[in-house]
Amino acid sequence: MKYSLGPILYYWPTQQIEEFYHLAKASSADIIYIGETVCSKRRNMKANDWIELGKQLSQAGKEVVISTMALLEAPSEIRNLKKLIDNGDFLIEANDVSAIEEAHQAKLPFVCGPAVNVYNAYALKVLLDQGMQRWVMPVELSRDWLRKLSGECHEMNIRERFEIEVFAYGHLPLAYSARCFTAQSEGKSKDNCETCCINYPNGREVKSQEGQPLFTLNGIQTMSGDCYDLINDQQSMKGLVDIVRISPLGEESIEHLEAFRKRASSAEHYPTPDTVNGYWHQIAGIRQQD
Amino acid sequence: MELLCPAGSLPAVKAAVDHGADAIYIGFKDATNARHFAGLNFDGKKLDKAVDYLKQHQRQLHIAINTFAHPEQHQLWYQAIDRAVDIGADVVILADIALLEYAKQHHPQLTVHLSVQASATNASAIAFYQRNFNVKRVVLPRVLSMHQVKQLARSCPDIELEVFAFGSLCVMAEGRCYLSSYLTGESPNTVGACSPASFVRWQETEQGLESRLNDILIDRYGPAETAGYPTLCKGRFEVDQRVYHALEEPTSLNTLELLPELFAANIAAVKIEGRQRSPAYVAQVTQVWREAIDSYQRDPSHYAAKSEWMSRLAKLSEGSQTTLGAYHKAWQ
Repeated sequence: MKYSLGPILYYWPTQQIEEFYHLAKASSADIIYIGETVCSKRRNMKANDWIELGKQLSQAGKEVVISTMALLEAPSEIRNLKKLIDNGDFLIEANDVSAIEEAHQAKLPFVCGPAVNVYNAYALKVLLDQGMQRWVMPVELSRDWLRKLSGECHEMNIRERFEIEVFAYGHLPLAYSARCFTAQSEGKSKDNCETCCINYPNGREVKSQEGQPLFTLNGIQTMSGDCYDLINDQQSMKGLVDIVRISPLGEESIEHLEAFRKRASSAEHYPTPDTVNGYWHQIAGIRQQD
Repeated sequence: MELLCPAGSLPAVKAAVDHGADAIYIGFKDATNARHFAGLNFDGKKLDKAVDYLKQHQRQLHIAINTFAHPEQHQLWYQAIDRAVDIGADVVILADIALLEYAKQHHPQLTVHLSVQASATNASAIAFYQRNFNVKRVVLPRVLSMHQVKQLARSCPDIELEVFAFGSLCVMAEGRCYLSSYLTGESPNTVGACSPASFVRWQETEQGLESRLNDILIDRYGPAETAGYPTLCKGRFEVDQRVYHALEEPTSLNTLELLPELFAANIAAVKIEGRQRSPAYVAQVTQVWREAIDSYQRDPSHYAAKSEWMSRLAKLSEGSQTTLGAYHKAWQ
């Protein structure tokens, strides 16, 4: 099993990003995804800064992948996407079909990210022919779904052609909108948001009127309220999953990656209070199954 | 400009045709379409009758097969495409790359439109579907501003664009919203329904009428308030001790005033949302939109959205409110 650090989904100050990757460099992560995937107004780190960071991580022996935006609506966003794809060194993670198209046009391979709708082996076959090397399963799918899909890939003789990665820790990205909910929560419009999401390094909590955590506001993205954690489900990933993804919540997520690795080879139960794992068990994502 | 209207039942097909729809979209009675609700959609004799009625009146039939095929069950989805061809559908509306590939391989003459569920919001994404699957038209998600719609129309001149004109407002990029599956375990992409009715519960309490989805409180209504269906994005929740519509207020999209701009942008079709709505609803919305389109075409320079149309549509809207949604930048 390989372990990856997913792209930072929140808007962190540059210094916090640098400190995080300084630690990530020294961690046991095999693969590090970098880049902005949620909002093009988050510009502390520009395309060249991400590419530069990628070089440093790469020199430290990490496999680096540049993740691209999930919702692209403007020509300027496509131009930035092309710049990231043409970085000259690193694989990209396509989080929208536009990135698949641009990577294909540039004759470059890509990772198909979790925000692209791929639900079956036949869709994967099409993407393999476009240059896909790795597939990150949509977060709402279960182990059982993956088992069946993987079986079909074996039958079609395509399973050896790509790696399968599973989002295994962090608040789940659940939806993308035209509206910025963080700005709205501060009474601001999207145009005049003053990138206020920088004040919420792990998003804003949305609870029901009974106090139950439901969602997390993260700009135009809505995430799960509880943290998803498959640390105790790794045994059931054997033979199915090649890469386990940890989505960064802060520096402590790097320690959690080490705990994941440790837990993979020991049967010791790792305590996971206030987390959910429902999707993996084919029940409502918000539920926890022990 | 084509007026494309929804139908979840045979009476709705007739209502749409009789009130001036150019084309109707329907789905089969199974998980292959994104409005898979009990008592809705078509199979057997009702399907034949719907097809006959449309053929008699020379209106186009679009069939939405816009969920994503499950592993080990892809035949259900492939057969839906075959069936659409067999009954003589003019168009299939697809979202799944696997289904687009199947249609290209097995029915190369079939006209394919890209469903809104495929979430194509930019020129490069559209190019992907056009290059690989020769899609003729793209249904745009309701996340783009009018400015962005115009930009797209300019940069993709050789593909038809269809936009949502009226109906329930999906505030998230369609096809990429898992809020419902997160709370219920059933996904619009795979099972074909958002906030499935079987998970909905209403409860009178001392604090007011409560709506719940899978036992989770979505909203609580005062005596004077109109209660809405517990769609997750339209609930009232608490953020930092303030209770409000944290994502979206219950309101409907209405773009009547944008009609001249949509014509100017060469938009191929306006789509009315609401396969789950009653035949009376379909009749009224279709009638207003038919009048509006005809009025524009008779005399484009004097077109204005009549207040009578607006009030008729407002009565059919969620919370009796309408909005231009993302088309209007200020809404964002």
